Amino acid sequence: MARTVTNQRKFINTVAAWAVGLLIFFPILWTILTSFKTEATAIADPPVFLFFDWTLENYRVVQERSDYMRFLWNSVIIAGGSTFLGILIAVPAAWSMAFVPSARTKDILLWMLSTKMLPAVGVLYPIYLIFIKMGLLDSRVGLTVVLMLINLPIIIWMLYTYFREIPGEILEAARMDGATLREEIIYVLTPMAIPGIASTVLLNIILAWNEAFWTLNLTAAKAAPLTAFIASYSSPEGLFYAKLSAASTMAIAPILILGWFSQKQLVRGLTFGAVK
Amino acid sequence: MATKASRSAARLMMAPAVILLLGWMLVPLCMTLYFSFKKYLPLRGGDLGWVGFENYVRFFSSSAFWPSVQATLVIVGGVLVITIVFGILLAILLDQPMWGQGIVRILVIAPFFVMPTVSALVWKNMFMDPVNGLFAHLWKFFDATPIEWLSQASMTSLVIIVSWQWLPFATLILLTAIQSLDSEQLEAAEMDGAPPLSRFGYITLPHLSRAITVVVLIQTIFLLSIFAEIFVTTQGSFGTKTLTYLIYQRVLESQNVGLGSAGGIFAVILANIIAIFLMRIVGKNLDA
Amino acid sequence: MGQITLQQVTKKFGDVQVIPPLDLTIEDGEFTVFVGPSGCGKSTLLRLIAGLEDITSGTILIDGADATAISPAKRGLAMVFQSYALYPHMSVRKNIAFPMRMAGIDKAEQDRRIEQAATALNLTDYLDRRPGQLSGGQRQRVAIGRAIVREPAAFLFDEPLSNLDAALRVGMRLEISELHKRLETTMIYVTHDQVEAMTMADKIVVLRAGHIEQVGSPLDLYRTPRNVFVAGFIGSPKMNLIEGPEAAKHDAHTIGIRPEHIDVVESGGLWEGRVGVAEHLGSDTFFHVHDTGLAEMMTVRVAGEVNLRHGDRIHLNPRADQIHRFDDKGLRIQ
Repeated sequence: MARTVTNQRKFINTVAAWAVGLLIFFPILWTILTSFKTEATAIADPPVFLFFDWTLENYRVVQERSDYMRFLWNSVIIAGGSTFLGILIAVPAAWSMAFVPSARTKDILLWMLSTKMLPAVGVLYPIYLIFIKMGLLDSRVGLTVVLMLINLPIIIWMLYTYFREIPGEILEAARMDGATLREEIIYVLTPMAIPGIASTVLLNIILAWNEAFWTLNLTAAKAAPLTAFIASYSSPEGLFYAKLSAASTMAIAPILILGWFSQKQLVRGLTFGAVK
Repeated sequence: MATKASRSAARLMMAPAVILLLGWMLVPLCMTLYFSFKKYLPLRGGDLGWVGFENYVRFFSSSAFWPSVQATLVIVGGVLVITIVFGILLAILLDQPMWGQGIVRILVIAPFFVMPTVSALVWKNMFMDPVNGLFAHLWKFFDATPIEWLSQASMTSLVIIVSWQWLPFATLILLTAIQSLDSEQLEAAEMDGAPPLSRFGYITLPHLSRAITVVVLIQTIFLLSIFAEIFVTTQGSFGTKTLTYLIYQRVLESQNVGLGSAGGIFAVILANIIAIFLMRIVGKNLDA
Repeated sequence: MGQITLQQVTKKFGDVQVIPPLDLTIEDGEFTVFVGPSGCGKSTLLRLIAGLEDITSGTILIDGADATAISPAKRGLAMVFQSYALYPHMSVRKNIAFPMRMAGIDKAEQDRRIEQAATALNLTDYLDRRPGQLSGGQRQRVAIGRAIVREPAAFLFDEPLSNLDAALRVGMRLEISELHKRLETTMIYVTHDQVEAMTMADKIVVLRAGHIEQVGSPLDLYRTPRNVFVAGFIGSPKMNLIEGPEAAKHDAHTIGIRPEHIDVVESGGLWEGRVGVAEHLGSDTFFHVHDTGLAEMMTVRVAGEVNLRHGDRIHLNPRADQIHRFDDKGLRIQ
């Protein structure tokens, strides 16, 4: 039984939590606000918070000057493509490990996890070299494959934990009912696992979208996603806070929204089921 | 619980994932290992033959090695301490009854979804800039001299930026762990006469120990290889050259692949030592 | 048709032999119950017949044809699982239709069979609901409906009633029995509950540690248990088993007497003891009798009401013709 809490106590909690929450959120809020200011207002001394002339000018300039749409499109293709490929490879693998476990299943799962822990910098040059040799440098295909590979262990793990919650008897029932393995996966397993698959997809789009080692090192211009687009702002030219803010807001907005939907699944995905 | 047919189907369906990951792990790793024993300068003569352990000796004895270890330790240690201490406090706060809990949760989690390049740039320019940054305004308001954050307090700045990014992760996991604590345990302790602080120390904290370990291990692995934050802020200057960044510079900037590869192998070994501990915990959980 | 024959069937999980070589024939149209304590291999045996597990060696024949290597989908058997195993994302109608959809039966025929099954199982009003919206008993009926429409050679039931509460269990027991009378299809039913076995079966197979202890009709097993294990397992309350001098009087190592075959007399009975717990059910009275010098505790069943209380002396007379005798290996002495 939950105890009734006095309203006074609840009020103090609320004030404290909101204060801390807003403090943590403040850099994002400030970026969003600044993106609607003119460059002059953006660096005004003292800083203005809410009362300024709101303008969409920065968004227009950023669009025109840096071809934002191209970077956005690259991000969408790379994040979406790597997740889609990953799911395609991971669903059968996770099915196998969840429903036909063998003595080695646990070892294989842990080994897959260990590949995720490989520091990227340790294999930077070989990958770089392979990419040059295969003509994949600065290509969306190459980046999609790399991001798929680095996130594959997480996808398999998440799906595995979701599949394990589906009772094996239901799959056996399908088998008794005359379903082939393919039909069993398509008609029974997949529909039942849709919520799990959806949150796996969501989390992996976020991870791929924000990945900033391979995207920075394996792209130049053609295939560069938003991470690289933002990095190009690190060498400033004159007054640029407002435009930087507009660019940043555009880069994080889609994922911030997706992220809010997937926050419940985040813990499970990122701790490999170690914390529930 | 299976037949031969389903077992062979399972093996077949696992094959693509296993083969891909095996290739992804082994091929580049073997290449790195191979290069680490070579003098290999792609822009200055290419493959100049085997040199044994010379690359390793040079990597470890170079003047940049120890500072980079130190920088790595400061960042990893600093961020871990900050995110876990504040993470626990925040998790406890968020676990209390309040109005608008869902919204506060979202506010707290948000930084995790911000891409590293964005958060680094926003902090660098809009907060830590010595002229126009918000911190400079704040300092001036109190009649203090603004700090040139990224040069004078470069490590502190980086720790702040990275902590901001990872605090949501720690908070979220610790909050999940706190919520899984059986409230009857706490009530039993209360009936036994334990004051709030003892209840926290004897019940809540031990309950969290597992989650804390998981946070420490996972964050360590990710923090060891932070890159974008340094790349867009200091580019490794002002003593912020971590191991990862040092290796990156050796490989791609100075194109000394042999030397960089030796460092890469070192980084792989380091990460694996931590990974072993993490896998023990995860593995134990698999059996349960 | 649905005759199932197991010849020298064995099953190993790793190094553990769960089913030692076993022969069994289940006749067409028979209601056969596999009964035994948990871990006796009865569910494994059912899953071997279903094809959900491979047998390690031996042969399974269905209607005389070798089905050992045939996949579960093609054996023409239907199974009702302990957890019902309904597809949670499909309506009741779709659940029942699923096996027909897999078999490629045309839509009109599907609808006809669904209608028929739904009427027979009182599910007509629930066809468009999801399994999550049904009660336990209704889910059970859907699972049975899904099995019926396949028109299988045999039905396999894996402890289907164990998730239901006691009252529902009795009702469903009757429904399954009636279904069997109506369809006259072979049914194999696994349970650990000997009451279910006794009330439903044409033929009971008592299993222990993968071995068949006895095969026979319920009354065969009741009247002439082949060994001490079957004697103790079949019948409720349990048969009283007595060793020592009293058994020796009957030239046996162990003698058994069922609680209902002991009469309570005013005085001068063969045996004497002290009443422990007395369970007064009205129709019957059960006495747990201590200090008889025969066994630690004996159970006695008396019809109607008998006014004896805790601690009272009780005089007992076993019916001589109902005493079962067993040798030192636990086998029945005839």
